[in-house]
Amino acid sequence: MSNRILDLLAGDAQADKVVPPSGFTATLTLFSAAAMGFLAVFALALSLATARLADRWGSELARSSTLRISAPTDQMAAQTEAALKVLGTTKGVASARALDQEEQRALLEPWFGPDLPVETLPIPQLIEVIEDTEGFDADGLRLRLAAEVPGAVLDDHTRWRRPLIRAADRLRLLGLVSLVLIGATTAAIITLAANAALAANTRVITVLRLVGALDTYIARAFVRRFTLRALVGAMIGVSLGGAAILLLPSVDEGGSFLTGLGFQGLHWLWPMVIPPLAAIVAFIATRAAARRTLKDMS
Amino acid sequence: MIELENVAYSYGGGELLSDISLKLQAGSFHFLTGPSGAGKTTLLKLCYGALLPTAGHVRLFDRDVRTLERDDVAMTRRRVGVVHQDCQFLDHLPVSENIALPLMVAGRDTQTEAANLRELTSWVGLTERADALPPELSGGERQRAALARAVIMSPDVILADEPTGNVDWEMSQRLLKLLLELNRMGKTIMIATHDLALVRAAKSQVQARVLRISNRRLQLAGADL
Repeated sequence: MSNRILDLLAGDAQADKVVPPSGFTATLTLFSAAAMGFLAVFALALSLATARLADRWGSELARSSTLRISAPTDQMAAQTEAALKVLGTTKGVASARALDQEEQRALLEPWFGPDLPVETLPIPQLIEVIEDTEGFDADGLRLRLAAEVPGAVLDDHTRWRRPLIRAADRLRLLGLVSLVLIGATTAAIITLAANAALAANTRVITVLRLVGALDTYIARAFVRRFTLRALVGAMIGVSLGGAAILLLPSVDEGGSFLTGLGFQGLHWLWPMVIPPLAAIVAFIATRAAARRTLKDMS
Repeated sequence: MIELENVAYSYGGGELLSDISLKLQAGSFHFLTGPSGAGKTTLLKLCYGALLPTAGHVRLFDRDVRTLERDDVAMTRRRVGVVHQDCQFLDHLPVSENIALPLMVAGRDTQTEAANLRELTSWVGLTERADALPPELSGGERQRAALARAVIMSPDVILADEPTGNVDWEMSQRLLKLLLELNRMGKTIMIATHDLALVRAAKSQVQARVLRISNRRLQLAGADL
């Protein structure tokens, strides 16, 4: 397939002459390929960004847990120390540390504002637990904590992490489905344009057949045009889409998921796959349309 | 070369041609006459595989036309030069490229054939008009360009449908002279025409078989010529 497409793109100056330059189908193909290329860049960016997000939530957050100690003020320090001791001897725990007042204040700041006097409030003590690569047995740890630190509650983030990962996976799937739909729409538009061009050139086809042209020769003349138009259109669309992605606010400025929509590192190579794919879609769509039309004209 | 055996052709519920038998031998010269609408063009189309008979057999170069794939039909047409009544050119290409069109579709390099192309263009008297577009040509020039295109592949058979239909007497004599020359080179010629004066003029120069379509059937023309 790829060799045939390369041969096709290399072209045949003589064969190119036989089909007259067409008007609206050229513009339609170029514009739709550019628009679809542009949209494909965003669908790809969405897909890659959600994949990154799901990975982060799935791997980084999965390695951290929170231990919450709710105890009377006079027992808080003792229970915190006991909990750290239990964690220190638990297999699979890489490190554990109690959050200081500044860190706890920062966590509450979005809801209560700055300068919250956390030291005077009966808020629980939080301990951040980091797992090693093998991880710990959460159920076993809960049992030990229940026996030795009655005020401790272990939250391994599973409860809220799971729906987030599921949502990220769905978004990634949505991005991939969008890419497939964009490809199918491109094929449909190019098929329509190719059919229109073939219908407008019935006389040309009749003359070519009269002088002994094979159907493959006639089809090739049309297929080459539409493939090149789709390639050029998609290159324009991808360039514009890439520029638009570059113009999105940086992560530092926004700090949210949407600002991470761009490509990172080698992921910038992915959009370059779109124009050749658009050319392949155009090649297949136009060839099928040409074969069908030529068969019907027999 | 081309053989029709008990051929019939029907279209739209009516029979246009019936029980037609015809053999075009190598180097022969045929005229096909008959009134307008008698079926001359249909018979020519049957002779180069553009139409399939509804009954009987058409054999092109010893192969039954019904057994030919579409590519086989295309390859057969390279051996049969056709001059259409309305010429059928690609209007966006100059005359020289229209004449070279059979070479182009056969994948032959028109640059290496340039000398032949020039000679052929000169033979039909269109050297000065080689760069003109088909819509800029007169009726006679169009017919001559169509004839040049029909012979550029050096086909075995030339089928011409009313080649003098849109030209004056002088031009029709010039076209006839070209066709006679081709016949002397060994080409098989069949000309469909209702111009009996042209037939009479040709008969004085070549041994031509004159056929007439009458009442859907083909018969040898009588002494009225």
